[in-house]
Amino acid sequence: MRKLALRDEILLRVDKPARYIGNEVNSITKNKAEIAIRHAMCFPDVYEIGMSHLGIQILYGMLNSYEDTWCERVYSPWVDLDKILREENIPLFALESQDPIRDFDFLGFTLQYEMCYTNVLQVLELSGITFKASGRGEDEPIVIGGGPCTYNPEPMADFFDLFYIGEGEARYREVLDCYKENKASGGSRVDFLLKAARIPGIYVPRFYETDYHPDGTIKSMTPMAADIPEKIRKEIVTDFRAAFYPFKPVVPFIKITQDRVVLEIQRGCIRGCRFCQAGQLYRPVRERDVEQLKIYAAEMLKNTGHEEISLSSLSSSDYSHLPELIDFLIDECQEQRTNISLPSLRIDASSLDIMKKVQDVKKSSLTFAPEAGSQRLRDVINKGLTEEAILNGARLAFAGGHSRVKLYFMLGLPSETEEDIAAIGELANKIAAEYYETVPKAKRNGKVQIGVSTSFFIPKAFTAFQWAPQATRDEFLDKAYLARKGISAQLNQKSIKYSWHETDISVLECVMARGDRRLSASIMAAYKNGALFDAWSEHYHYHTWLTSFTETNIDLDFYTTRKREDDEIFPWDFIDCGVSKEYLLREWKKAQAETTTPHCRVSCQGCGAAQYKAGVCL
Amino acid sequence: MKKLRIKFAKYGAMKFIGHLDMMRFFQKAVRRAGINIAYSGGFSPHQIMSFASPLGVGLTSKGEYLDISINTEEPDIEEIFAKLSEQMVEGIEIIAVSELSENAANAMASVAAAGYTVIFNEKKLSLGSENIDWVGQFKSFLQSKTIIYTKCTKKVTREIYLRPLIYEAVVNAENKGIYLLIDASSANSIKPQFVIEAFFDYIGQHLPDFSLDICREEVYANAGTAEDVCFVPLGS
Repeated sequence: MRKLALRDEILLRVDKPARYIGNEVNSITKNKAEIAIRHAMCFPDVYEIGMSHLGIQILYGMLNSYEDTWCERVYSPWVDLDKILREENIPLFALESQDPIRDFDFLGFTLQYEMCYTNVLQVLELSGITFKASGRGEDEPIVIGGGPCTYNPEPMADFFDLFYIGEGEARYREVLDCYKENKASGGSRVDFLLKAARIPGIYVPRFYETDYHPDGTIKSMTPMAADIPEKIRKEIVTDFRAAFYPFKPVVPFIKITQDRVVLEIQRGCIRGCRFCQAGQLYRPVRERDVEQLKIYAAEMLKNTGHEEISLSSLSSSDYSHLPELIDFLIDECQEQRTNISLPSLRIDASSLDIMKKVQDVKKSSLTFAPEAGSQRLRDVINKGLTEEAILNGARLAFAGGHSRVKLYFMLGLPSETEEDIAAIGELANKIAAEYYETVPKAKRNGKVQIGVSTSFFIPKAFTAFQWAPQATRDEFLDKAYLARKGISAQLNQKSIKYSWHETDISVLECVMARGDRRLSASIMAAYKNGALFDAWSEHYHYHTWLTSFTETNIDLDFYTTRKREDDEIFPWDFIDCGVSKEYLLREWKKAQAETTTPHCRVSCQGCGAAQYKAGVCL
Repeated sequence: MKKLRIKFAKYGAMKFIGHLDMMRFFQKAVRRAGINIAYSGGFSPHQIMSFASPLGVGLTSKGEYLDISINTEEPDIEEIFAKLSEQMVEGIEIIAVSELSENAANAMASVAAAGYTVIFNEKKLSLGSENIDWVGQFKSFLQSKTIIYTKCTKKVTREIYLRPLIYEAVVNAENKGIYLLIDASSANSIKPQFVIEAFFDYIGQHLPDFSLDICREEVYANAGTAEDVCFVPLGS
């Protein structure tokens, strides 16, 4: 029997001990003696969040499909165990073998959101791994980062030996082979990193040097080693038919956030919403083969025993074989009483039809994401959604029995005026009115429930808005107040519930999203000052961060509210995400001119993603 | 529709998995095994599955029971046993599958008593070295007319008269363990810890946290009457 890393007493003292024992169905155990590479894969947040992530399941399955590699999982210990590990000097361990992470060859992190950065430092420290990559000894694991945040990896540059830019399926094997060869030939850590830096998609921060202008903006970024690229181009899967898919995902004992089979139907998005980073990073959109998806779905349900399957993509409605896939799933699932959930659907006649087939109308609420209240501002952000389409969708939905609607908006979008904010309340009111007009009194089940939720806009790297200043904290508060006032002024205000996200987190996220490598020192300082689990509002302390920025001489406004010139060199410009800066600049200008851009299937905008010769670009 | 009773053991790392998660584990395992389980009707159908008696986190067991209903008129018990066993993890082991008669009471309603072995964790507790005749003490403890245990929850404090709920207590001085057969019925169920805590109160000692290793040996139904009990394992 496996010996657990933690004593019974500790496991009985902490919340949800199942987070730390491994042993889940479909988790993989190998014989250490037959393994050349031990890889720990970390989602730097608590187990229930990390286990819900499809990307990790893909990489876990793929790496374990290699005979010479054993990939294990590790997550951030929750604050209760964190304290005990420190007090008792127990090294952080991997779930499968319960062995210390420190003994592994690789420690991989997926960076899914900026607010997990201090958790990366927690995992390093609890594992006994040197914080700074350049100070790590020969026997320490190679720390590798991937995921959307690595498209601007610079704030975390100090802590990673290498970043993998792009999709893991493409080049991971080469990295492992390079490591094995280097080890066999007696090469050092730096030897390996030098060789790895020549693999397409691999960025080794220590081999690049950044120079700054006196005003703090970047002058240049220079490779400091021979034969390493000036620009690192993202690597992607060009043909999914040959790519790995996790047939047997790990089934946790405890309820996790995404407690279901996740079927990724496509990667990327054809729509060019100007605020959306994922829409650019994952270009070009690549659909998975529908016949293959049918097999995956059936296999995964059989292998997990899950009661629900969810389709995953940035915009499910744009998947060309959606009706066929849904019909198959309905047939497949009926007998087994499996639920089907369909997030990210655009609300129109055909999607309502699909929803009616797969889920209970009375229970589900509809979600619209107009993002902006007025048509003018929706044009600025290129959200191809008209008021008419929203009201039409709402009318159809109400007629079909729905009575709950959620609306998502952003505050602080570029060029936003008071009228745009007032339009949020007006739109919500029109939707409510639509309900009372569509549904006769006798059929109503109380009031219509409209939930309006606003978040604060965060300009991100590799979007048309990467040049845009973020609104200040005070402006954000004023905007939220205006939105509330606008809603209160409506005739149907009693049917509308308003909620908004916190401002402080949005400011920090903005700093990280467009930050440079000088921020590594601030993140380190914040961690030392106690910042951890920043993505959890009850653990997030804005003042800890403010103090840490001051200590490390970082001026927040430089990263958030400063206006950037068209030709400014950004910290992430040395990464080629497939979409050219010229295209993004064109989009930025078009936004200022309030002009929209059609999506990829209507006409190609020459964004640059066609270089991959894949998906919609073919 | 047929009713089946499944007996399983729980040990090792699995003792940290709580009751609700064990239910989820079996729900998924049954689906993976492709067992033709029956579902309830209504708005949100769920598997017809019920556990005899929840086992606390931290306890192991050699005798856990759950009942399921299946839509098969002539079930192949051996095949179901094999299919289900295949879906277990280390620390959960199917011991037996048996068919119940149509009018059999469900597992939970049948439970009357449960047997436990309580072992004192040596690292936490050194009863042997303290010159206490704890074997003798335990005997005289059991002879007390009343044994009162005060149960404190967040909301209420309740006094439980333990003595009539202890059916059997065997002290094994060798491995510093005690076998307890105690009430586990829905009306009067008590935990083995209650008895041990009451004993420590009795000898004027403090029972340190996490000092007991407890294994549920078997769960029993009462084949006799309320006055004249006759405990038989739930699986028989």
